[in-house]
Amino acid sequence: MLVRILVLLYLAGAPALAQTLCQPNASNGYRVRISIKTALGNQAYEWNENEMFLFRATMAFAMRRCYKTETYNVDNIIVCNQTLRVSFWFVVTSPENSTMLIPKADVEKAVSMSRHRINNAFLLTDRTLEFLGIHPTLAEPVNPDTPPWLIVFGVVIGAVFAGIIALLVSSLLQKRRKEKGMMEDGQDEEDMQVKGVENGNVLDGIYNRGFTDDDRFTKL
Amino acid sequence: MEDSKVGEERPKWNNKTEYLLTCIGFAVGVGNVWRFPYLCQIYGGGAFLIPYLIALVFQGLPLLYLELAIGQRLRMGSIGVWNSISPYLGGVGVASMVVSFCVSLFYNTIVAWVLWYLFNSFQEPLPWSQCPLNHNNTGYVEECVESTPVNYFWYRQTLNITPNMETSGSLQWWMVVSLATAWSIVYICFIRGIETIGKAVYITATFPYLVLTIFLVRALTLPGAYEGLIYLFTPDWEILKNPQVWLDAATQIFFSLSVAFGGLISFSSYNSQKNNCERDAVLVGVINSATSIYASIPIFAILGFKAHTNYVTCLNGNILALTNEFDISDMNITVENYEQWFDSLNGTHPSRVSDLNLKTCDLQTFLDQSASGTGLAFIVFTEAVISMPGSQVWAVLFFIMLFSLGLSSMFGNLEGILTPLHDLKLVPKWMPNELFTAIICLLSFLMALIFCLGSGNYWLEIFNSHVGSVPLLIIAFFEIIAVAHIYGIGRFSDDLEFMTGHRPNIFWKVCWLVISPLMLFVVLVAYVVAQAQTHHTYAAWNPDYVNFPDTEVLPYPDWVFAICVLLSSVPVISIPLVAIYRLVCCMSGRHSEDRLHNDPNPYANEVQSQKHVPVPIA
Repeated sequence: MLVRILVLLYLAGAPALAQTLCQPNASNGYRVRISIKTALGNQAYEWNENEMFLFRATMAFAMRRCYKTETYNVDNIIVCNQTLRVSFWFVVTSPENSTMLIPKADVEKAVSMSRHRINNAFLLTDRTLEFLGIHPTLAEPVNPDTPPWLIVFGVVIGAVFAGIIALLVSSLLQKRRKEKGMMEDGQDEEDMQVKGVENGNVLDGIYNRGFTDDDRFTKL
Repeated sequence: MEDSKVGEERPKWNNKTEYLLTCIGFAVGVGNVWRFPYLCQIYGGGAFLIPYLIALVFQGLPLLYLELAIGQRLRMGSIGVWNSISPYLGGVGVASMVVSFCVSLFYNTIVAWVLWYLFNSFQEPLPWSQCPLNHNNTGYVEECVESTPVNYFWYRQTLNITPNMETSGSLQWWMVVSLATAWSIVYICFIRGIETIGKAVYITATFPYLVLTIFLVRALTLPGAYEGLIYLFTPDWEILKNPQVWLDAATQIFFSLSVAFGGLISFSSYNSQKNNCERDAVLVGVINSATSIYASIPIFAILGFKAHTNYVTCLNGNILALTNEFDISDMNITVENYEQWFDSLNGTHPSRVSDLNLKTCDLQTFLDQSASGTGLAFIVFTEAVISMPGSQVWAVLFFIMLFSLGLSSMFGNLEGILTPLHDLKLVPKWMPNELFTAIICLLSFLMALIFCLGSGNYWLEIFNSHVGSVPLLIIAFFEIIAVAHIYGIGRFSDDLEFMTGHRPNIFWKVCWLVISPLMLFVVLVAYVVAQAQTHHTYAAWNPDYVNFPDTEVLPYPDWVFAICVLLSSVPVISIPLVAIYRLVCCMSGRHSEDRLHNDPNPYANEVQSQKHVPVPIA
């Protein structure tokens, strides 16, 4: 009988006890803020009990992953003060002793370690799934071995120098050809001029009437 | 045929198109894109077009016509031309050459900056879109967080600017590399003189128009473009009562047309004499102004888009603060119903709302954040480009356009240096043209290394505002006085009749004789007075400044001020010096009087020979 009363008391008191463990501004609790519509727009899902269950399960996973010796369960994650925003507070209790809370720093370590997995479980990002007080790890900047601008610069300067050399060489060749050509041209011109004079005399000659065939007019 | 055996024939243009494109390319420069829209905006939009067009018609076109005509008639570079017109005014040509040299130094540095941004546009994500991490990867670089990533990329990663002018800093190797590229590209286009320039301008003079059209189409589809355009073009007629507007319109036209550099004279000297330069001048002038107006449309559409984006970001910040504070469901407050929510929340919980320190988001304030010059291109526009989908493409297009604009203007600048040197026969006979051009380019590159120091940007601003302003006005004033009054309008009209087939009409004559010199004189005096009155200060980027990210306003040190005065006066000092020198020569050597009066006689060029035939006074 006494045992039954004790069991009943325990069953009634446990959630109450859990509630007292999880309070807003609890020293060992974290506040979570979720912005589903901002992240997903038209494909936003509704936040309901099932999603909350997934959150608690994910947090238990994160704690297990970080502290491999202890087996955390969904019951170890207590959630309270859910608002329409969607935001809520959560605390983590130890698997051995359900009244003992895991210190803030340890929870933070677990969350930071599995942040990427937690985000992906909800299709959210560091910005839309906020753990207030835990700074998101900054993305590693992509540092290529050669800065990309050097590559573009190399291409451009290579083309320009190739062009300069090509133009200079072609100018030089053109000059050489002109000099050679001028020496030969000089002789050709003289020949042509001489020939021209000869031909010119004949072409420029005045028509000599003495050689016309006008016998028919004078034949009377 | 007669002078083909005398010496080298003067090079000539392959066809008229190349000549026109080169002149248009010289006149249309980066200023058309980043100075005119800014002026249009601050001076009451559409109303600014009135003083601008008046200045074009009464000051710009006559000067342009004059330079093209004398270059074509006398067939020499700027020094030779002014020596011909009057030996006492030979200094005008020397001044043109010195100004061209100084301007080409800093202008090509701007081209180098454009190249640097162009090289960096081939990355994903764009380097100016996010802050880099600091040393231990715990956060972002502080300087970047306090200002913006765009500002950080420009001031720190591009210029690596020093906090003030006294600190010179060191040579920034990446800037040196970009500058070398810029000068190499200029050299390759100049390698065979106008033969290669003529080919290059087919691209450099036409490509900007293509890009502007693409931007126009893209920009008009962006949200906020409409607001930007309305803001730009809404005329504020009251502004016309402010004399500063007229002064700025006149100076804008003057500097935009690139007269007084000597480059236009050189380009037209390669024409045949029987060319209608009147039509050319009107064409170049009108196209230049039309380009300015055409360019301001996409620029302002994009600036309107940027203002809209900033406004929405500001509002979203406020919305997030309100949503978090009052635990309202996500996305219940939107940009559209923000006002109602704010009013209701402020009514019920005023203290909590005021504690949030919400920013006031006003679209007009964002639209007012205008910029001109390098600020427009490298800060404002790059920020706008980040928000456009496909940012890399737009960034690449924009910087290639700026590069083409700058390169085609550099052609004119360099031509204003090379042709007078050739005509003065200062080039040794044994030196081929390619080598001489290379030497000039190398010399300019070495001198322009000043602008690659940490304090380079401050020096560039000094050069820009002192060399590229007052000396040009003085040179142009002497040019127009020389031709209209010393050479004589009658003789000039005869020359124009010989070249174009008809005498200039009364409009041109009145402009040359009275209106343009008067306008130039007034603008010159007003400009000098305005410069003298402004406190000699500069804006420095100092991360340790109390009000950072605002720029710190510092006064010029005395030695810098002395340099400013030198920069304004040394180019034009040759005008009085040469006049005095000739006077002294004239007084001391009476026997050379004939030579001075009659040689060089411009009419000796009628037979297209290069020799000056002294003709005794009959």
